[in-house]
Amino acid sequence: MRMISQAWAVVRKDLLLEWRGRSRIISVLLFGVVTLLLFSFAVGPDSVLLKAAAGGFLVLALLLSSTLGLSESFRVEQEQRAIEGLLLLPVDPVALYYGKCLSNTLFLMLLAPVLTPVALFFYNVNLDLTGFLTLFGLWTLAAAGLSAPGTLYAAMTSRLQSQDVLLPLLLFPLVIPVLMGSVKSVTLVLTGDPMSQIQSWTLLLASFAIIYWSLCGLLFPHAIEEGT
Amino acid sequence: MSQRMTRIHIFGLVGLLMLLVGSFMGLFLAPQERYMGDVQRIMYVHLPTAWNGMLCYTFAFGFAIASIWQHKPKWDALTVGAIEVGVLLNALLLIQGSIWARPTWGVWWDWDVRLTTSLIMLLLFAGVLALRSFVQDPERRAVWTAIATLVAFVDVPLVYFCVRWWRSLHQVQSTPETVSAGMVWPLRINSIALLLLVIWMVAQRARLELIRRRNEQVDEPAKMAPVGGLENV
Repeated sequence: MRMISQAWAVVRKDLLLEWRGRSRIISVLLFGVVTLLLFSFAVGPDSVLLKAAAGGFLVLALLLSSTLGLSESFRVEQEQRAIEGLLLLPVDPVALYYGKCLSNTLFLMLLAPVLTPVALFFYNVNLDLTGFLTLFGLWTLAAAGLSAPGTLYAAMTSRLQSQDVLLPLLLFPLVIPVLMGSVKSVTLVLTGDPMSQIQSWTLLLASFAIIYWSLCGLLFPHAIEEGT
Repeated sequence: MSQRMTRIHIFGLVGLLMLLVGSFMGLFLAPQERYMGDVQRIMYVHLPTAWNGMLCYTFAFGFAIASIWQHKPKWDALTVGAIEVGVLLNALLLIQGSIWARPTWGVWWDWDVRLTTSLIMLLLFAGVLALRSFVQDPERRAVWTAIATLVAFVDVPLVYFCVRWWRSLHQVQSTPETVSAGMVWPLRINSIALLLLVIWMVAQRARLELIRRRNEQVDEPAKMAPVGGLENV
């Protein structure tokens, strides 16, 4: 119970900081939009091709923006050594991890409702409300899966000088199951799912999230412990 | 110490000799494969490389758990040794696979389950080594290497399954499973040979790591490791 309230305090702190600043979310969203634009240039103005690749492009844009958001989440803690103050508080490191992880998940979830309409608009795909909600649900699972190892690695790499290179280097190969799962399922939502394969991909996304939420929660206290 | 080192070199020497014998048998004595011809003979190094590469990562996983548990420099040294040798074998595996695939499948690369998984595995563990190279403090480097190793290892089965599902809509590449008796022995000998070489290389790499770590601490007396650092070296 105590741990939940501690984790919630971390979430509230992060959301409040985000709301007061708003610079992170705006820049990350803009980055996502720019990425979507660049992808369409790679394929050319062929609308049939663009439509077919829309799911993949949308997920890639979300993934690339996520890395930016994740690395930023611990950079603010490094500024003026805020993380040391946070660790000095009588807070369980596990609660700290889950708080950070949850606030990162919420942050990443926010990307989908903005970037999806942009992608639909650019790539000329039609989607009804149910499809949109399914897509949002899928992205929520993917965001949970991304932020579990993302938070752990962001905490570690934020102390290093080469964070900008290292975080994607560590995270991208690791989250390939999330990428594949979400690309497949989002494409199925956009183009129709006659064989109802979406369940197995959803299951994959959920298992990734569950496995990494547990594993990284166990490992996080070691990553930030005294003397390291 | 010197006696232990000599013993370790025996592993390397025997491994090398066995590799020569096994490869000779594979190249000249084993029967020719019916459909692929001599191209198939690369399997006598390819399969042992694959098995031992996986074994290296599994060792690294075990050492990483021990490293988090006990914080002893030797576990960290063994972890990095196992990962480096694993990455080396993994890279060799992909190269050998491409050499075999070109005449057999007609392409250097195919998005086959095993190929894709091997490539992702290589990137995962090369990332661990990259992370390691950026961390100055030896204590922190040990813990972070162990953490990254565990996180990467758990991903391997997930990657395997998702690539399999991802591929399931396309054709699945078939591999010949029947192995004649004349082909079994070179395979067995080479597998054991590589295993011995792996043990030798991991041990040598771990020793090097311990020496480097000791030197780092000598160079920077202000950053001496806390209690429990040097006496285990």
